[in-house]
Amino acid sequence: MRLIDKRVKVSRRDMLRAGGVVAAAATVMPVGIVKAAEPVALSTDSFATLVKMARDIYPHDKIADKYYAAVIESLDKAAKDDAALKTLLEDGVAELDKKAAGLKNGSGYGAVSSEDERVAILKEIETTPFFQKVRGTMITGLYNNKELWPHFGYEGASADKGGYINRGFGDIDWL
Amino acid sequence: MPAPFDLNDDTVVVVVGSGAGGGTLANELAQKGVKVVCLEAGPRVENQDFVNDEWPAFSQLSWLDKRTTSGSWRVATDFPGLPAWIVKAVGGSTVHWAGASLRFQDHEFKARTTYGDIAGASLLDWPLTLAEMEPWYAKAEDKMGTTRTNNIPGLPGNNNFKVLEAGAKKIGYKEVNTGRMSINSEPRKGRGSCLQIGFCFQGCKSGAKWSTLYSEIPDGEATGNLEVRPDAQALTISHNDQGKVDGVVYAGKDGKQMKQKARVVCVAGNSIESPRLLLNSQSAKFPDGLANSSGQVGRNYMRHTTGSVYAIFAKPVHMYRGTTMAGIVQDEARHDTSRGFAGGYELETLALGVPFMAAFLNPGEWGRPFAEAMDAYDRMAGLWIVGEDMPQAKNAVTLHASDKDQFGQPVPNVNFDDHANDTAMRDHAYKQSSAIYEAVGAVKTFHTPPYPSTHNLGTNRMSENAKDGVVNKWGQAHDIPNLFVSDGSQFTTGGAENPTLTIVALAIRQADHIASEMAKGNL
Repeated sequence: MRLIDKRVKVSRRDMLRAGGVVAAAATVMPVGIVKAAEPVALSTDSFATLVKMARDIYPHDKIADKYYAAVIESLDKAAKDDAALKTLLEDGVAELDKKAAGLKNGSGYGAVSSEDERVAILKEIETTPFFQKVRGTMITGLYNNKELWPHFGYEGASADKGGYINRGFGDIDWL
Repeated sequence: MPAPFDLNDDTVVVVVGSGAGGGTLANELAQKGVKVVCLEAGPRVENQDFVNDEWPAFSQLSWLDKRTTSGSWRVATDFPGLPAWIVKAVGGSTVHWAGASLRFQDHEFKARTTYGDIAGASLLDWPLTLAEMEPWYAKAEDKMGTTRTNNIPGLPGNNNFKVLEAGAKKIGYKEVNTGRMSINSEPRKGRGSCLQIGFCFQGCKSGAKWSTLYSEIPDGEATGNLEVRPDAQALTISHNDQGKVDGVVYAGKDGKQMKQKARVVCVAGNSIESPRLLLNSQSAKFPDGLANSSGQVGRNYMRHTTGSVYAIFAKPVHMYRGTTMAGIVQDEARHDTSRGFAGGYELETLALGVPFMAAFLNPGEWGRPFAEAMDAYDRMAGLWIVGEDMPQAKNAVTLHASDKDQFGQPVPNVNFDDHANDTAMRDHAYKQSSAIYEAVGAVKTFHTPPYPSTHNLGTNRMSENAKDGVVNKWGQAHDIPNLFVSDGSQFTTGGAENPTLTIVALAIRQADHIASEMAKGNL
């Protein structure tokens, strides 16, 4: 059967293109993916903690940090003109750090070395608006990033390639 | 050429909606020389504008106007503003439908008689039989080019089907094939053959899949008797002193409100908007809404007993390649209460892309097990359960007490609870589906909860007696002779089958009836 190269390739043009999605349904819409830079609304520490949190929510060991950071950056940008969002995120990070401070091996969420312990902290707050905001942004931001589709073995659009009629729609050979 | 009709032309039939029901009805009437104005709330998006990309296509095509939800169904928690995934565009939900075209079984038209008195269910027999419907089903299958009818070969099986087929046969199922699909397996009626693109739900770019957008509507327009008005959202239906409907008030693209006069009005806005339109048309004469003397408008909302099962294998499947739903197991579609529930269900192949799989596999789930499942995306096979659900009076589309839409009209609320029969059927289907995949080596299976509804049915149901339903066997309102319902909301019960073929067959039959009654001077 026709297999696909699952290594993620990065092209700057694709990154820019991925930012062009039109938003419509507020609860389920993807966010634009852009190159990570200095945070514009959040503190640098908060930004880093959110990236760590994002990876703990959807931990793909073969996906680089920059893809998680790109989604957090979209939140950071949105928080620049949205004081309520900024407060939600900063307070949420403060709560994570507070919970982490109770652990003997950490002074902040990001410093807790055990994934299990960090996940236990997230479990405690998973119904909060803060957690849901980060999770909801990640689910579309991460999995709607075309650059990452090869990692999942997904080929994306096919009409422009003539469909799969001659490209393995029924080529399974192991049944 | 499309015929532009004057707003004051009161000789036209106004059809609200351009999908399977409305689009078909509009064309059929136009072919018979009846003048038709078809009001479509959404824009006209043609094949070349469709996109093979799930979220952008969702934004482009979906009905995203404000709606609310209530009840114990999980959709109300996970997608509270999105009870249904249906289309707001010319062609309606025939733009994103999967193409499965199955006839109802004989006993499904007699659900109350066959299943008996099931506590909590508001079952009725249809005022129609399979025998009466057979000639109309035949016309619908010919019109739509349904495979495995009219000597049209079945579609070739894709990888997702081959996994389903191998597993189903291993556990003893016999009725397994690539289904009756209104997707061309060979060129027919000006439409080409399926290119196995996938993305059936995002609009078929090749046009191999039947849709009113590029079959019925242009055919109707070519007669000179049909005008389709896109971006024309019906708000209320007006009536005269005699209690007959006489026009439809709608909002144009700029929000400006207009009224199209009408001789006959046919409502085909799908099972949330159709009852909402009747309820929002309340007047001094009809304080509970139009055609609602029975109190049944909006009630008995059905969405099929659904769910998905995704299975992970050791080796790649690439389930997303090719026709999304060309694969079916029909052995469980029978009525056999030894399984612990009334009615039956179909199992049909289904695949989502990575963006939708992340959102729908288990909404809200996170953590390493979820990420590991997503990492196995290319090794997944998947199916969708479609079974008959019990109508219940409390499962209803109602007007929200305070929330209004962009035109100032109350938004619809959709309330839904599973019936115990629905839950028993779903559990059975989950178990059988896991067994199918495990028989061919699945290392893990996921029981995915129902998505926002794609099959919305029953909210203006047909009944023999006026006190039990909204319309008669012709889809004609019991209360108002020149008001018709022409979509799936007229279904008395849901059957186990995807509803589009039955909607189209009913629309062809209704057009015949309306044209004949008009000729006789009865309408």
